[in-house]
Amino acid sequence: MSLTKSPPSAVADPRPSGPPGAGLSARAAGLLAALLLLAAVVVLSLAVGAKPLSAGEAWRGLVDRDAASYTVVHQMRLPRTLLGLLAGAALGLAGAVMQALTRNPLADPGLLGINAGASAAVVSAISFLGIVSFTGFVWFAFAGAGAVAVLLYAVGGGRGATPARLALAGSALNAALYSYVSAVQLLDTASLDRMRFWTVGSLAAAESSTVWRVAPFVAVGLVLAFALARPLNAMAMGEDAARSLGARPERARIVAIVTVTLLCGAATAACGPIVFVGLMVPHFVKVLTGPDLRWLLPYSAVLAPVLMLGADVLGRVAVRPSELQVGIVMVVAGGPVFLYFVRRPQGIRPRARRTAGARAASGEVAAP
Amino acid sequence: MTLHHDTHPAPAPAPAPEGVAGPATAAPASSSAAPPDATAAARLSGGGLTLAYDRRVVAEGLDVAVPDGSFTVIVGPNACGKSTLLRALARILKPSAGAVVLDGRPIAGWPAKKLARTLGLLPQTSIAPEGISVADLVARGRYPHQGLLRQWSREDERVVTESMEATGVAELADRAVDELSGGQRQRVWIAMALAQQTPLLLLDEPTTYLDIAHQIEVLDLCARLHEEGRTVVAVLHDLNHASRYATHLIAMRDGRIVAEGEPGAVVTAELVEDVFGLPCQVIDCPETGTPLVVPAARRRAP
Repeated sequence: MSLTKSPPSAVADPRPSGPPGAGLSARAAGLLAALLLLAAVVVLSLAVGAKPLSAGEAWRGLVDRDAASYTVVHQMRLPRTLLGLLAGAALGLAGAVMQALTRNPLADPGLLGINAGASAAVVSAISFLGIVSFTGFVWFAFAGAGAVAVLLYAVGGGRGATPARLALAGSALNAALYSYVSAVQLLDTASLDRMRFWTVGSLAAAESSTVWRVAPFVAVGLVLAFALARPLNAMAMGEDAARSLGARPERARIVAIVTVTLLCGAATAACGPIVFVGLMVPHFVKVLTGPDLRWLLPYSAVLAPVLMLGADVLGRVAVRPSELQVGIVMVVAGGPVFLYFVRRPQGIRPRARRTAGARAASGEVAAP
Repeated sequence: MTLHHDTHPAPAPAPAPEGVAGPATAAPASSSAAPPDATAAARLSGGGLTLAYDRRVVAEGLDVAVPDGSFTVIVGPNACGKSTLLRALARILKPSAGAVVLDGRPIAGWPAKKLARTLGLLPQTSIAPEGISVADLVARGRYPHQGLLRQWSREDERVVTESMEATGVAELADRAVDELSGGQRQRVWIAMALAQQTPLLLLDEPTTYLDIAHQIEVLDLCARLHEEGRTVVAVLHDLNHASRYATHLIAMRDGRIVAEGEPGAVVTAELVEDVFGLPCQVIDCPETGTPLVVPAARRRAP
């Protein structure tokens, strides 16, 4: 777990690059490992399904037009995998940005009502306007997510927003919007079936057109999120400290809300309100990278799709020949893991404690 | 050791050279206050300041100047507006009237990062992100020197290392900030402010919550930073500390400046009675010769 540990003696040495004491190479190596893990899950996602393929078959299906597996891979599994990648990265990043923005470890686009806003708009569109295509969904999802984000900003205190007020306003909006979604579903039994799959979160209905429509939004969100890493880092130390460092908290807050809206709107439109990934992944990543968002965000963007695709693959094999939706698998399988994680106090920062313990033992540092 | 803030060009033709040693090269206590005319040419000053939180007015029509190269200490009773004044000088708080002027230009018009390369503030309350290491926290002081195109550099590395050495926290570099003692933590925060490399350094109650040994440790550090050429402004609670370390003392009450100048001239029994409402004697400190406030003993009932 101790990716960021570096020997104390190395600290005073001038090192070519990287934050001091941060172990740039360790963090970079970890990111590379995460990318490899992602590649492995992508292969699994291409290979596993109603018609299992070997890794070699999956590869031939991907690149060779004449291969027997070409149709399966390109028609079904590739769009699904790409969508999982995009939605996973979007939700993981949105969660990480949200947690940094509200300085609340429980903040999550699901928890703050952004996903619920997108859901409410999409459910309204299905039920009242009879819209069924993704092209229709996506704008409603953005409108819903955006409206909630603006409302959240206003109710949370505008320019003077505090983390606590944002979190409170978010949970209230979230509860209200989900009640609305449930009410519409119960009243409109005809559309219920269609909505049912959408509102639990699924990658199964993915088409390549959906992927290409989502991609630009996620790409913009990704760039904005990475640009926010340093300002949000500064804001983590409090408003006054951020200002005296030359950061502009008001501006960063607005950009952050736009970013989260883009990412959540796109992900929710494409595969329904998938919760949990935005909450859990940044938590787990924080243990690996520490609180520095310049590392936490890229790690989240890579590891969130690992979780997403992993859950999707699991859902395909768990109840064969049927399938479980990714949103359900994620919560059912991920919930206990997350609980274990939260309950384990030393899981928060094993590095620091171990280092301190080791030094105290060697008598290097006087007790404070 | 010196932190090379002279590697940055002065943002404007500063009236005094940045590295001004001033009259304060000896023990800070025995040095004389900045000459009176320094006030007119001060890099940092405020005129006609009205300071308010929402509707609650803390100070009105406040004129203040920080003499260049001074260790200015602002003292006064609780809620007299001293921290508010410091926040206004650092542009954390926008005055509802009047303006703070830095290097001849209203501070309100300074670009955020340029201001942060000239003037640093250590706020009273800062939050150390959970699990952050000392080195990572100090490195965040480099924020105003970085940008999208200018990421982490050797220069940043060097300054962070120097800042940690200057504050004596280099050996803690890998420790988590959460598990340090109060004195160590405060030195880490000061190291972060140092890494900003600003010729002006503002500290809001840097000794609060520290025991006496750590208070002195932090103040000695501030005095050294001042001797190295920085203009230091601090809000302090302890009058005796203020008298010992300040080269320029500003005493405030009810949002007004009651007296300012060299501590030896300013700190008198009358002033303490006037500002704090505390009857006392002022004697010479046996250690430094600076004024030492001895509160009057409670009279026993006859």
